Amino acid sequence: MTELTEEKTTGGKTWSQGFIKGMNEEGEQLSEINPETGPLGGSAAKAHSHGGDSHGGGVGVPDSSRAGRLTSYKMADFPLITGREEEWRFTPLKRMRGLDRVGVKGQELSGPAPVVEVSKPDGVTVETVGRDDSRIGKAGIPEDRVAAAAWENFTEATVVTLSAEFVGNAENVTTLTLTGQGDVPAAAHIVVHAKKFATGVVVLDHRGSAVLSENIEILVEDGANLTVVSIQDWNDDTVHASAQHILVGRDAKVKHVVVNLGGNLLRTTPAARYSGTGAEVEMYGLYFADAGQHLEQRLFVDHSTKNCKSRVTYKGALQGDGAHAVWIGDVLIRKQAEGTDTYEMNRNLILTQGARADSVPNLEIETGMIEGAGHASATGRFDDEQLFYLQARGIAEDVARRLVVRGFLNEVIQHIKVPALEERLRDAVERELAATPQ
Amino acid sequence: MSTLEIKDLHVSIETEQGVKPILKGVSLTINTGETHAIMGPNGSGKSTLAATIAGHPRYTVDSGSITLDGENVLEMTVDQRARAGLFLAMQYPVEIPGVTMTNFLRTAKTAIDGEAPKLRTWTKDVKAAMAQLRIEPEFAERNVNEGFSGGEKKRHEILQLELLKPKFAILDETDSGLDVDALKVVSEGVNRSIEDGGLGTLLITHYTRILRYIKPQFVHVFVDGSIAEQGGPELADRLEDEGYDRYQVAESATA
Repeated sequence: MTELTEEKTTGGKTWSQGFIKGMNEEGEQLSEINPETGPLGGSAAKAHSHGGDSHGGGVGVPDSSRAGRLTSYKMADFPLITGREEEWRFTPLKRMRGLDRVGVKGQELSGPAPVVEVSKPDGVTVETVGRDDSRIGKAGIPEDRVAAAAWENFTEATVVTLSAEFVGNAENVTTLTLTGQGDVPAAAHIVVHAKKFATGVVVLDHRGSAVLSENIEILVEDGANLTVVSIQDWNDDTVHASAQHILVGRDAKVKHVVVNLGGNLLRTTPAARYSGTGAEVEMYGLYFADAGQHLEQRLFVDHSTKNCKSRVTYKGALQGDGAHAVWIGDVLIRKQAEGTDTYEMNRNLILTQGARADSVPNLEIETGMIEGAGHASATGRFDDEQLFYLQARGIAEDVARRLVVRGFLNEVIQHIKVPALEERLRDAVERELAATPQ
Repeated sequence: MSTLEIKDLHVSIETEQGVKPILKGVSLTINTGETHAIMGPNGSGKSTLAATIAGHPRYTVDSGSITLDGENVLEMTVDQRARAGLFLAMQYPVEIPGVTMTNFLRTAKTAIDGEAPKLRTWTKDVKAAMAQLRIEPEFAERNVNEGFSGGEKKRHEILQLELLKPKFAILDETDSGLDVDALKVVSEGVNRSIEDGGLGTLLITHYTRILRYIKPQFVHVFVDGSIAEQGGPELADRLEDEGYDRYQVAESATA
């Protein structure tokens, strides 16, 4: 059981400190189309499952279906962003520093891309290639104007290839350290390609200062088992939009981990698609939003083939004035995707007043012939009852607070299964916690 | 020897309907080695007394005092009270996801003692205490109270009592929701702590059932926020026979 007790914060026996600024009892309002999947602020937390039998034959609403979203490599195919669109409504466009306005009034995306440093085992190749390389464009197509702008404007791509049947593990990780080159808006492109039956771990470690729009293609061939960890530990001034396109082959497995820690505005949009049957996608996310940070995670899992599985687990902690986290989890089970098994979960832990979390799970089911589909979302304050319990055992308030937050985020960290990385992330969480206002 | 002294305690809570007085003048003195049972119908203020002693922020002390060996408990934070030697076994222990029992127990023991316990003896102590309470070893790696049954939660409360060795234990309806077997296991744990010496016990219960296993020297009957009657163990026997009816409340104390 992984249900969090913050779901109970407004239960009858707890006491209230008054609600968090910026959140009402219902949380943030959803469209009328899908009211039962409401975003869950504080008191409104709930979880439910749709069994294959009990929920047969659900049909998506065509004009709101995620399936209908425009995809294109060409920026001009997308209308200008106004901020009223579903996919932009949470993003503070004024802080995008031009990434949203490429092509408007001479706004360019021509700054220097991050410098890439590589550490890798034998059997993995890392190349810098031109934009006409045939390996580009295999895993996905941009789904918004910002990603399309990056696609049009990158000059060189970094291609990571795990050779067929390469046997990687948690010890021989491939790490790309991407160091931002300042505040001129820039584009970047990365391809991570696991060939047939390859296994291994690739870490994309974003650091420094940047105004960057990036496409990451993650191509997992049949029978491969790939872990990709994308860490955004930028300096405070960074704006980063990262579209991460995942395509999983037959009987392949991919574990995709997003870690959003540092930066002014991070917008990470992973989308997973299946090209064969029997594949499995695990998506984990961990974010820690401090005062003034906007950390936005928008996921899409597109079940279009039979007997595939997906699991999404994102957890975030928020503290400080203006800290804002957004999590959108779209899952689509298409008519032909019989035997699908999916579950997505988002948890937010709000540590101080003035922080805000928006959490919106969306599940579209076009066939009843599935194994299971469910989602859960909860946003809660640091639970006063948890604090009381720990303090009643002699543990001082600040120690108790850290124990709980560490435990809360550890549930994600312990799934990464790369010891060196887990240690680094625990340290990063400690640093964030050290700044926790008491 | 230590003394926990409660004098003319008035406690209220804030509700949507306004401030509601719960305790209306409670006085009680517990010394080391004594076991006091507090009995009473639902809503009489028993649990409020327990939570107030522990320092739960929901409860406001309007007047009166609580002292531990002369020290003003009401001025202490929740964790200071625990470190001073007060222990509350909760009626509804909360789940703490992500924090393992092992980590929690060690952190608590370190906080209470002011130094980390010696690893080898500590691990042995925890294992032995768990075995006595018939807690499976795997629980050490589970998150605090997460997914525990009601009985498992109560056993873990007593586990903490045995490991943290407080001066005073307040057991808030530790017996409620337990089947007879679990009740025996839990009672044995409490009795071990009592027999080790150095413990004063405040046993809060709705039912007389637990008093067959844990023998109090003093029984106090709570009705409507104050002590309506007090006496020796014979008072509990009478309650078992007659219930709370003679205090003019429609409640039964039979179990």
